[in-house]
Amino acid sequence: MSSVSVTYDNPPTAGRPIVEILHEWVTTVDHKRIGILYILYALVFLIFGGAEATIMRLQLIRPHNDLVSPEVFDRMFTMHGTTMIFFFAMPILFGFVNYLVPLMIGARDMAFPRLNAFSFWISAFGGLLLYFSFFGGNGLYGAGNAPDVGWFAYAPLTSQTFSLGHSTDFWTISVLLSGVGSVGTAINIITTVLTMRCRGMTLGKMPLLAWLSLTMGGLVILCVSPLTAAQLMLLIDRYLGGHFFDTQAGGSAVIWMHFFWIFGHPEVYVLAIPAFAFASEIIPVFSRKAIFGYPVMVAATLAIGFISMSVWAHHMFTVGMTAAGNTFFVISTMAIAVPTGIKIFNWLATMWGGKIQFRTPMLFCTGFLFQFLIAGLTGVMLAAAPFDWQLSNSYFVVAHFHYVIVGGILFTIFGAFYYWFPKMSGRMYNEWLGKLHFWVFVIGFHLTFDFMHIPGILGMPRRIYTYEPGRGWDVWNLIVTIGVFFQAVGMLIFLGNLLWSWWHGADAGSDPWDAWTLEWSTASPPPAYNFAVLPEVRSRRPLWDLKHPEDPDWHYE
Amino acid sequence: MFGLIAAEASIFTIFVVAYLFYLGKSPSGPQPAAVLHVPVFLTVCLLSSSLTIHMAVRQLRQARIRAFVWWWLLTTTLGAIFLAGTAREWRHLIYDEGLTLQTNLFGTTYYSLVGLHAFHVVVGLVFLTVVLVFALRGQVRQEHSERTEVLSMYWHFVDSVWVVVFTVVYIIGR
Repeated sequence: MSSVSVTYDNPPTAGRPIVEILHEWVTTVDHKRIGILYILYALVFLIFGGAEATIMRLQLIRPHNDLVSPEVFDRMFTMHGTTMIFFFAMPILFGFVNYLVPLMIGARDMAFPRLNAFSFWISAFGGLLLYFSFFGGNGLYGAGNAPDVGWFAYAPLTSQTFSLGHSTDFWTISVLLSGVGSVGTAINIITTVLTMRCRGMTLGKMPLLAWLSLTMGGLVILCVSPLTAAQLMLLIDRYLGGHFFDTQAGGSAVIWMHFFWIFGHPEVYVLAIPAFAFASEIIPVFSRKAIFGYPVMVAATLAIGFISMSVWAHHMFTVGMTAAGNTFFVISTMAIAVPTGIKIFNWLATMWGGKIQFRTPMLFCTGFLFQFLIAGLTGVMLAAAPFDWQLSNSYFVVAHFHYVIVGGILFTIFGAFYYWFPKMSGRMYNEWLGKLHFWVFVIGFHLTFDFMHIPGILGMPRRIYTYEPGRGWDVWNLIVTIGVFFQAVGMLIFLGNLLWSWWHGADAGSDPWDAWTLEWSTASPPPAYNFAVLPEVRSRRPLWDLKHPEDPDWHYE
Repeated sequence: MFGLIAAEASIFTIFVVAYLFYLGKSPSGPQPAAVLHVPVFLTVCLLSSSLTIHMAVRQLRQARIRAFVWWWLLTTTLGAIFLAGTAREWRHLIYDEGLTLQTNLFGTTYYSLVGLHAFHVVVGLVFLTVVLVFALRGQVRQEHSERTEVLSMYWHFVDSVWVVVFTVVYIIGR
């Protein structure tokens, strides 16, 4: 460790014309700025996606409600799913990874800074295109507006016959563009992690976040590209009159499902693995212990990445596969619970006997552990094919995957926000507001998604715009919608806290958490060059070594 | 580059899978056995261009610029011959056999898969030509050998994809 904290003055922003500042941000190739751009862009789409979810829940608050028409409802769930997956979850995770990976491995930037900027802007363009469909989706035929084919857009609903106008084209092309951007970023992350590590940082000494980002990058390359291929086929069908998914001419609708879910299931892990990464960085710091079982954590991550490539058809049990196919996908899906379970136990073992400090990031990660466990358990239930035959396409499934994505992934994203906000802004967030956000959001989350399982078991299918009274669904739907209000309030507290702290927060200093990874060794916010002198590390916790020269980690590793 | 190649490879995999899945499922003709001819000459051209680009990069690494330019020119020409041959084949299929992308499933999958590959050949040719122009203006020197190597990796990839496409379309598929 030869690096020292660098004092760094922000360039004077006051008095400079806004155009100049904007120009600087638009043309930037700095990984930290691109990371922040990704995060801000994702937050905008989080608000859009959240608004769409709120509209759906308001429509379902009571039976025979007529807040929105069935057509609008279809658009809302399509846009909600597409937005949240492609334009919120992926960009925000890429944003954090972009920001953190070079800092954590002691590099000055990503391996390909310009590719980085390209990937961001092409994803951003994809998102704009998706939302432009609200205005431009009518196209020449005057039919349709925003896409309404569902986020997995099963054939033949997407064919010219059933999707007039250009709404589906907007969906296809925007997802395609976001896919190109994702693959670009993934290539960048992999190259960075493999080639840009500072001296002394062998693969076995990387922070877990770097390992998990590497795995995520590999998964993105292997799973997003098939989606790109499938989207190309859909475009060929729609524009050139091809027959890939045209059942009239011998094409197959089922093969679209396969292609989509070959992307769709690993995608869950593309989102979950960075979430695990945040948890793996935050939990040790607030437990004041080194992570338990580092090599096993790495191995479990790689195992998850590997197994996740072979579970996709558990989304298709109801389509009708052979008994051998069903059995294979049941077993592979259940097998993935093993490495995931190992991770959960490792996090618990990290907390066990530690001096746990329940600051806001730790609260969110603790919530994540509990909720992700339940999400995993309903996942194992749904992995059993006969159980899935009964509950597939019901609100039970909706509750399950929202438990994963909101209860698991979004909670760690909030944790990551609070944990790294001091690094990104140089200012502390308001701890009281942060805790309030956690509690309000936890209440809202459980009201919404715990009770959403029940109408699912009672037979309420997903994607219906209204329902008959007296089926036993009414009260549950009311509770679910009430939970949404709590979540919305939580979100407002979160955004308010971010905005207020960005300008008025207390000075954070370079290392507010007394943490151990390299990003905390440089100033907050870090200078454009990250490190004045490139660091040299000897263990997995370089800052621990620096702070405790009498008892450094590398004596034990 | 290896990352990009991995991503491209999975795109091709999906198209190959679709081709194999739809083999023989076209309800109407023309069927592949009736219209496809094995393009032996073109295949030889494309595959030998892998060898020539390898030679070119080797010459550049040893700073033999003239030899590099000749090998590079040969590579570009071989690639162009392949592309022209594909164009001729397509012309034959479209005008003489009446097979277009819209005719049947075979048409859709055939033109998509071979077209996707041809698109990669076009991209490769564009880059090859750009380097060739620079080389003819004398601006390619020994220190650029690493960049040409990256390009040659891409070109090897395009060629090896052709081995798969050739096997699938012209041997298994007929």
